[in-house]
Amino acid sequence: MKFTLSWLKDHLETEASLDEILYALTDLGLEVEGVENPAEALSTFTLAKVKSATQHPDADRLRVCVVDTDEGEKQIVCGAPNAREGITVVLAKPGDYVPGIDVTLSVGKIRGVESHGMMASMRELELGDDHDGIIELPSGTVGQKFADWLAENDPAKVDPVIEIAITPNRPDALGVHGVARDLAARGLGTLKPLKAEQVPGSFANPIPVTIADADGCHVFAGRLIKGVKNGPSPAWLQDRLRAIGLRPISALVDVTNFFTYDRNRPLHVFDAAKVESGLTVHRAKGGEELVALDDKTYALPEGAMVISADGKVESIAGIMGGLETGVTGDTTDVYLEAAVWNTLDIAAAGRALKINSDARYRNERGIDPAYNAQAIEDATRMILDLCGGEASEVITAGAAPVVDRAYKLDTDRVQSLVGMEIPAAEQRATLTALGFTLDGDMVTPPSWRPDVLGEADLVEEVARIASLTKLEGKPMARAQVGVPRPILTPMQKREGIARRTIAALGYNECVTYSFIDQAAAALFDGGDDATMLENPISSEMSHMRPSLLPGLLQAAARNQARGFMDLALFEVGPAFHGGEPGEQHLQASGILIGHTGPKDVHGARRAVDVYDAKADAEAALAAIGAPAKVQILRGAEGWWHPGRHGRICLGPKKVLGVFGELHPKVLAALDVKGPAVGFTLLLEEPPFPKKKSATRPALELRDLQAVERDFAFVVDADVEALTLVNAAAGADKALVEDVRVFDEFIGGSLGEGKKSLAITVRLQPTDKTLTEEQIEAVGAKIVDKVAKATGGTLRG
Amino acid sequence: MDDLKSKYLGLIADAGDEAALEDLRVQAVGKKGEVSLKMRELGKMSPEERQVMGPKLNALKDEINSALSAKKSALADAALDERLRGEWLDVTLPGRPARQGTIHPVSQVTEEVTAIFADMGFAVAEGPQIEDDWHNFDALNIPPEHPARQEHDTFFMHRADGDNRPPHVLRTHTSPVQIRALQAQGAPIRVIAPGRVYRCDYDQTHTPMFHQVEGLAIDRDISMANLKWVLEEFCRAYFEVDKVELRFRASHFPFTEPSAEVDLRCSWQDGTLKVGEGDDWMEILGSGMVHPKVLAAGGIDPDQWQGFAFGLGIDRIAMLKYGIPDLRAFFDSDLRWLRHYGFASLDQPTLRGGLSR
Repeated sequence: MKFTLSWLKDHLETEASLDEILYALTDLGLEVEGVENPAEALSTFTLAKVKSATQHPDADRLRVCVVDTDEGEKQIVCGAPNAREGITVVLAKPGDYVPGIDVTLSVGKIRGVESHGMMASMRELELGDDHDGIIELPSGTVGQKFADWLAENDPAKVDPVIEIAITPNRPDALGVHGVARDLAARGLGTLKPLKAEQVPGSFANPIPVTIADADGCHVFAGRLIKGVKNGPSPAWLQDRLRAIGLRPISALVDVTNFFTYDRNRPLHVFDAAKVESGLTVHRAKGGEELVALDDKTYALPEGAMVISADGKVESIAGIMGGLETGVTGDTTDVYLEAAVWNTLDIAAAGRALKINSDARYRNERGIDPAYNAQAIEDATRMILDLCGGEASEVITAGAAPVVDRAYKLDTDRVQSLVGMEIPAAEQRATLTALGFTLDGDMVTPPSWRPDVLGEADLVEEVARIASLTKLEGKPMARAQVGVPRPILTPMQKREGIARRTIAALGYNECVTYSFIDQAAAALFDGGDDATMLENPISSEMSHMRPSLLPGLLQAAARNQARGFMDLALFEVGPAFHGGEPGEQHLQASGILIGHTGPKDVHGARRAVDVYDAKADAEAALAAIGAPAKVQILRGAEGWWHPGRHGRICLGPKKVLGVFGELHPKVLAALDVKGPAVGFTLLLEEPPFPKKKSATRPALELRDLQAVERDFAFVVDADVEALTLVNAAAGADKALVEDVRVFDEFIGGSLGEGKKSLAITVRLQPTDKTLTEEQIEAVGAKIVDKVAKATGGTLRG
Repeated sequence: MDDLKSKYLGLIADAGDEAALEDLRVQAVGKKGEVSLKMRELGKMSPEERQVMGPKLNALKDEINSALSAKKSALADAALDERLRGEWLDVTLPGRPARQGTIHPVSQVTEEVTAIFADMGFAVAEGPQIEDDWHNFDALNIPPEHPARQEHDTFFMHRADGDNRPPHVLRTHTSPVQIRALQAQGAPIRVIAPGRVYRCDYDQTHTPMFHQVEGLAIDRDISMANLKWVLEEFCRAYFEVDKVELRFRASHFPFTEPSAEVDLRCSWQDGTLKVGEGDDWMEILGSGMVHPKVLAAGGIDPDQWQGFAFGLGIDRIAMLKYGIPDLRAFFDSDLRWLRHYGFASLDQPTLRGGLSR
């Protein structure tokens, strides 16, 4: 919403400065978004008088002037043809910035004669195109500021333009009058009363109106004005419209635009000759076409409110008129319309048509329904004043909706809800100033405030006008006395621990978008319609991610493109398995690509592999308290290398996470130079420990020395180490404390399809030292168990 | 006697290695050594002579033994020194490389915010990111066709043919968590709800996904003055300054009434933000007293309970505090950015240790 200061002053009698007004606007909730103050650029220029002008000794077209200024007499060389004795001029002194020529002046010598400044033309001050000569003012005194002279004599030239943001609840502030009302209520001046003149019609309205769909149009008032002359509007009106960024079109159109901004009152004018048969207000069937005033053709959505003549749609109600029935310079008879539309219909139609007009903006937020009848009178008056003509009687279909409602004002509520002390009398005065009517404790909002719908709104109005800036903070006691209790849920703690553990393992945390492209989503079993956005911002962000991996892999590809080949990236966040609220689950995923580090003198560098991913997945699971005893199963989803991955499970159905090498096809599709390994942990899956106590079980330390024995078995190459380890561990559950694989050797002398696995078994006696015989016996059992489980034999 | 002493002490001092020392030991104090032989002669002496010579010989023996062991350890030290001299390494070579992981600023700042509000008794509430339109809009007093709803730049989820429910949305703010928390816990309640939110907007300063933290405190008598204090305390703690100044400015949000935009006093010098001083005011959040309709939608009696809510941009306050220039880079995962703006894994923000290093 834009307006000029002088426009505001048409409605507000005030002595307040521009800065005071700007501050108050923002503080009232009408946030100032910008202000252009032409006077600021002119602030250094003062009036001066030419005392004498003599020919420059060395230049035919230059004159040497002696000028009377606020700093005494100055010599100025001037080339303007009108520079002569006696005229009052605008002086720019050395040090002043002259906007039109983009120069900061200094004392200069022009053809050998010193010049102490310049006398400016309109163009040099960016006040117009006139550059035929320097400005000659008809009045003014030496030393007077030029900006002040303009403010007195040509105020439009220095009229500040103010732009404010209007929140959706304040349609009344979409008119300058409403803005003035707020400022007056704040105490920044007096709201000027509005004229409420009636313009009697001198003949009956010959153009009938029928409202066919009354739920979309509360009231429609119209009148014919005959014999108008639709030329350009007067300069003051054109200046105003231009100042707020509107293009003056013709007097009739400019009048409607004036009311739109002056009173938040959109109007429409038809060329009456084109709608003689009468108007019908109805809903569009859908598909009718109309060329609107913006020269674009619109197909009307079903149900949109329209105005038709002769069975043909001529105007989109409350949004934009039709080109064919619009007024032109030839229009002599004009039909003026003022209507109140159902706001929801305007919003729906406006959105469907994607028309953002000033009329739609106001009609969907809500204009003052009680002003409808007077609006047509006010606009008629202005048309008659500007264009002449003769007005018919007003014809009205429907009736302005009654919006009266009353709420109880509890003057203590401001104190209890806001925490400000505002005397009851002041509260009542504030509401009165805003147009509310008070009857005892009952308050009726004015017809222009559709947003006020309850007692809390009254509190808001009072607090807003009193200024929330004055609100002083007041300590809020803790809900509980004493040391604060922990507030995170076990799951929230788990998420944080997973995040920091994975970072501690050397991964860089990423936050990638929750939506990815369909192709990438499809690689990870996503990309179906349930997780599709209806209005994605781009095709790259069309589906909710089914997994964190595609986003991380795409991030890896971007980093590879920048030359970073060794990557450890991770993310903790939601993945989406459906399109309903709650169909999301928390994942922690990491990927490793390239090498463990840069080339180094110690030879520590090696390519990352699946066992790095496994170790990190296990470390993170251990950190969040997942059970240590898990199964490693195969058969995970297709984006993993079929032979190089493992599901970390508690039983076949409870998957805590997956680690592995990513499938080469997936990497290729995502432009990742592989191989890449990674893991996905399903953070919600590991069960939480049941225990409630922080107490640990007692530590049992055995004094007896443990014994370690190594075994090497030859097994088939596809035998899994864990099967062998579990078999060994099960040989004597009391004695075997730990079994570790320490070597794997494939092929060679073992022959095709065979491998050797070497394990260390740690035996921990409980009551007495083991004898050699006992150790031998356990060893035999281990060999036996392993043979049964794997078909392996002790390597000779 | 004295000759013997000076002879051996001299020889010991000159001995070049352990073998030479051993030879000297045998020569002097070995079974047939010179000193031992002298001691054997004691028996032949008169008691008077013995009383003089006995202690002298014992002292001589002790002295030679000590000289031998002192020389022995001196030789060992010298040998070790010699070995260590040969074991010189170029310690300017780099150590074995280890990857340095980092925590994303969004996570770090979320934890900072959580630490501060936890101290004021706020728990952390969560809600789904795909929301139904009732929780995202209606329950928050944003009815269908309300202009405020259009201004949200909402992402809608696809609806299958024949499914005539209104489309779900990607939550446009964290405010629906207010409703879910009220429904789940009732009043009194103090929660914050940090998380991802989505708006259909992408330019210099907007990304289609960003992070907010919602705050909600409902009790019998919580006022807007309490809100101001809580926010002042939050800003003071978060920006780690001694004092802050906030300005409340009337505004409008459908779900609060009265509503206020909150500005923070600050100064910008050479692109650096200083909080609590200067003449600039920077808008940092929106807030207000929870609208009675919102309380009712959450199943709370608005005649019995009242309180405040606020919403704050996590990415935005991260940018302000840590001087991060571009929002879009937050979600680009550029390794250089992650390393530069990230945080060490053990930099866990606490109130006792300070939020930032």
